[in-house]
Amino acid sequence: MIRIMRLLVTRDLRLALRQGSDAAMVIAFFVITVTLFPLGVGPEPNVLARIAAGVVWVTALLATMLSLDRLFQSDYDDGSTDLLILAPVPLELVVLAKVLAHWMLTGLPLILTAPVLAALMNLPEGGYLVLIVSMFLATPTLSLIGSVGAALALGARRGGILISLLVLPLYIPVLIFAVGAVDASITGLTPRPHLLILGAMLAAALPLAPWAAAAALRHSLR
Amino acid sequence: MMHRFANPTRFMRVANAILPWCAGLTVLFLAAGLYLGLFRSPADYQQGETVRIMYIHVPSAYMAMFIYAAMAVSSAMALIWKHPLADMIARASAPIGACFTFVTLLTGSLWGQPMWGTWWVWDARLTSVLILFFVYIGYIALVNAFDDPARGAKPAAILALVGAVNLPIIKFSVDWWNTLHQPASVVTMEGPKIDPAMLWPLAFMAVGFNLYYISVGILRLRGEIAAARIRNLQLGLTHG
Repeated sequence: MIRIMRLLVTRDLRLALRQGSDAAMVIAFFVITVTLFPLGVGPEPNVLARIAAGVVWVTALLATMLSLDRLFQSDYDDGSTDLLILAPVPLELVVLAKVLAHWMLTGLPLILTAPVLAALMNLPEGGYLVLIVSMFLATPTLSLIGSVGAALALGARRGGILISLLVLPLYIPVLIFAVGAVDASITGLTPRPHLLILGAMLAAALPLAPWAAAAALRHSLR
Repeated sequence: MMHRFANPTRFMRVANAILPWCAGLTVLFLAAGLYLGLFRSPADYQQGETVRIMYIHVPSAYMAMFIYAAMAVSSAMALIWKHPLADMIARASAPIGACFTFVTLLTGSLWGQPMWGTWWVWDARLTSVLILFFVYIGYIALVNAFDDPARGAKPAAILALVGAVNLPIIKFSVDWWNTLHQPASVVTMEGPKIDPAMLWPLAFMAVGFNLYYISVGILRLRGEIAAARIRNLQLGLTHG
C-alpha cells in the first residue's frame, strides 16, 4: 500500500516536473501579486510592515487555489481517474497521495519563497520564524481542503471560478489563524494558541478531506 | 415513514394539503409578531426604538442557521439512503436560506450603525455569518454548474456537509472570542434572559419565519419536481 502511494506521488511529481512550468507558474503568480501591493498602497515601510503577513498569506492562499484545477482535472480528461478508482488501494489513499504531490509542488515552493517576499514587504524581524512555521502547518490544510473543492467541481462548467467559490470560504479560518500567529509574534505575544489551532485544523482535515474528495471523485465518473 | 414519502406524488399530495394552512398561519404569525414587536413592546432603556430591528434580525439569523442545518441533514439523507426527495429539499432550501442570511447581515448592519457607530466590524460572529452566506452562494453555484442538473446533486450534498462545520462556529463564536456582538440571550442554559414583553414578539416572528420557510419550500419543491418531470419527458421524446 505504501509502495503504491509512493508510486502515485512520484508519478504526479514526474508528470508535473517533465512539463516544467507548473510549479514555476505558481511561484511567479505569488511573487508578482505580492509585488502589486507596495505599488498599490504606497511604499511606506510602516504601512507595508503592518500588512506584510496578511498580504503574503492572502497571496499564498490565492496561489494555492489557482493550482487546484490541475489536481484532478488532467487525470479526469485523459481517463486516468477510472484506473485510479480501480487501483488496489482505497481511493481515499489515492487522493491523499495526490494531495501530497500537490503540496510538494505548490506548498513547499510557497514556503521557500514566502520569507523573501516577506522581506520585500518589510515584515518585522520577529515574524519570520512563525511565518514559516505557520506555513508548514497550514499549507497542507489548504491542499487538503482544496482537493475537496477540486473534486466537487470536476466536469462542471467554468470549473476554475467554481473552485474558488467553493474553496475560499473554507480557507478563511486558516487565513485568520495563520495571520494571527504572525501578528502575535510581531507584537511580542505568544503565537502558540494560533499555531495549535492550525495544527488542529490539519489534524481534522487529514482524515476528513480525502474522504469527501474521494466520494466526489467517484461520483464524477458516473 | 421516510420511505413512504420517497414517492414525490404522495409527498406532494400531503404537502399541497398543508400549503394553504401554512401560508395562512405565516401571515397570522408575522402580523401578530410585527404588531407586538412594533407597537406593544417597550423601547429598550439603552437602545431606544432601534431595538425593534431585533425582531427581524434574531429570527432571520436563527432561520439562516436552521435552514442550513436542514440542508445538511437532508443532504446526509440523500447520500446515505439515496432518498430522492431529500436532494430536492436541500436544493429548494438553499436560496431561502441565502436570503435569510442576507437579511440577517443587512438588518445587523442597519442596527450596528446607530448602536456601535459602524456598519460592519470584523468580529467572529459577523465574519462567520458572512462565511455562511458565501457557503450558500457556493452551494447554489455548484448545483447549477453542471449541464445535466441531476449530476450536481451529489457534489452539492457533499459540499453542504463540509460547510456544516461552520454552524457550531457561528453558534459559539460569541463565547469563544471576545466579540462586539453580544452573547446569547434567548437560548441559554439558564433559560431566556430577556423580558417576556420582548420574548413574545420574538417567538411569534420565529414561528412565522419557520412557517414562511415551509410554505415557500413547498412551492419551490413543487417547481423542482415539475422541472425533473419535464426533463424526463424531454429525454423520453429525444430518445424514445
